[in-house]
Amino acid sequence: MQMFSEILSRLWSLDRDVVSIAWLSLRVSVTAVCIGLILGIPLGSFIAVCSFPGRGIAIALLNAFMGLPPVIVGLALYLILSRSGPLGSLGLLFTPGAMIAAQATLATPLVAALTRQVVADTAVHLGEQLRSLGLSAPLQAAAMIYDVRFSLVTAALAAFGRAISEIGAVLVVGGNIDGFTRTMTTAISLETQKGDLSLALALGVVLMSLVVLVNMFASLLRRHAARAYG
Amino acid sequence: MNNSPFIHLSNARLTLDGRLVLDRLAMEVDRGIVTALIGPNGAGKSVTLRLIDGLLKPDSGTITVGAGRRAFVFQRPALVRASTAANVALALVNMSRRERSMRTDAALARVGLAGRARDAATRLSGGEQQRLALARAWATRPDLLLLDEPTANLDPTSTEIVEGLIAEMARAGTTVLVVSHNLGQVARLAAKAIVLTSGRAVEQGPTRQILFSPRTPETKAYLAGELPWTSFAAVS
Repeated sequence: MQMFSEILSRLWSLDRDVVSIAWLSLRVSVTAVCIGLILGIPLGSFIAVCSFPGRGIAIALLNAFMGLPPVIVGLALYLILSRSGPLGSLGLLFTPGAMIAAQATLATPLVAALTRQVVADTAVHLGEQLRSLGLSAPLQAAAMIYDVRFSLVTAALAAFGRAISEIGAVLVVGGNIDGFTRTMTTAISLETQKGDLSLALALGVVLMSLVVLVNMFASLLRRHAARAYG
Repeated sequence: MNNSPFIHLSNARLTLDGRLVLDRLAMEVDRGIVTALIGPNGAGKSVTLRLIDGLLKPDSGTITVGAGRRAFVFQRPALVRASTAANVALALVNMSRRERSMRTDAALARVGLAGRARDAATRLSGGEQQRLALARAWATRPDLLLLDEPTANLDPTSTEIVEGLIAEMARAGTTVLVVSHNLGQVARLAAKAIVLTSGRAVEQGPTRQILFSPRTPETKAYLAGELPWTSFAAVS
């Protein structure tokens, strides 16, 4: 009971730690998802509508990369961004930038694979018409992406869910530095180990609320879209 | 006036998924008139339209199509989840915004959809969607119009609008090739007809002659309703 009131008090008083950790998590994950959408949508569309040697392998790889283990991504990025790594001179390791890069690496294949699927589905009934209209390949792809834009909300949601909830990659490349690279998932893990369960639970409540809110918003958007455009 | 045919197919052969779909197809489509492509289901009519539009390539044979803009109206209208006007404008992307807007408005007015310009295209009825597809084709002012059963499942009013538009385009000089199972429509619209069975053109000539004095046994059987749709299996 005492813990419950502590959690409520931390949430109610907008505890500085809770707010700054939640804000950093949100900033990192939303930026990573945006990068994932910018890279993944064109990549998925290209694989969906273009034929090239090794396309089957590319699709298989893309689908496999949807399940990339975050800790492996973190490790690979750690090696790339560490002082002796190829991108060590950027000085990104143990910064929010490295965490964004790690989560974007996780989000991109997920967005690309889901985009490929919905664009391939729409190409079945729209592809011939767009080619017949004489549109260039990029315009055809743009028209198909526009056609499936509401389905891509699902891809964005899946990517956001994967980014905001992962811990392995941000822990390895971010280092869980207090006030700088500490996210909700790394903080929950640390505070649980330290025994500060009220902070861990308060962060858990915020994390769950964020995920639920984002999903509710997306669901409303999809319902509105279905009513308006079928 | 150039009297050479607008479309010329010679010995066109096409296999799809291991099935012979067109077998030494030879046919000619004259410029500036409506030509109907008739025949039983599975004869290769829709595939022939796709071949002429360049959506498919023949395994062998030659296909010569006159220069100019082409428009294809598919049996099932393929529309983007966007407004009715945007679907017309999609065919006019290379034009200035003003020209695009003018042509879109005119095309929608011509098919009786001016009041639905801002509505979602996917919310239109089947007949309205087909009229929209035709409006999109009309807006491009094509030299060649390919139509795949444009009035299948349409009510009489929509059919009349579509047929009126096709006739108007032909009068304006557009070469029209239409696939239709509606022989009354063929008689009303087409000056020339080509009969396809089992991937081959078995007869071509003036529509009246084809419909009322057919010469080949295949055409006679088709018009008498005796050619089953499985006739295609004969060449596979």
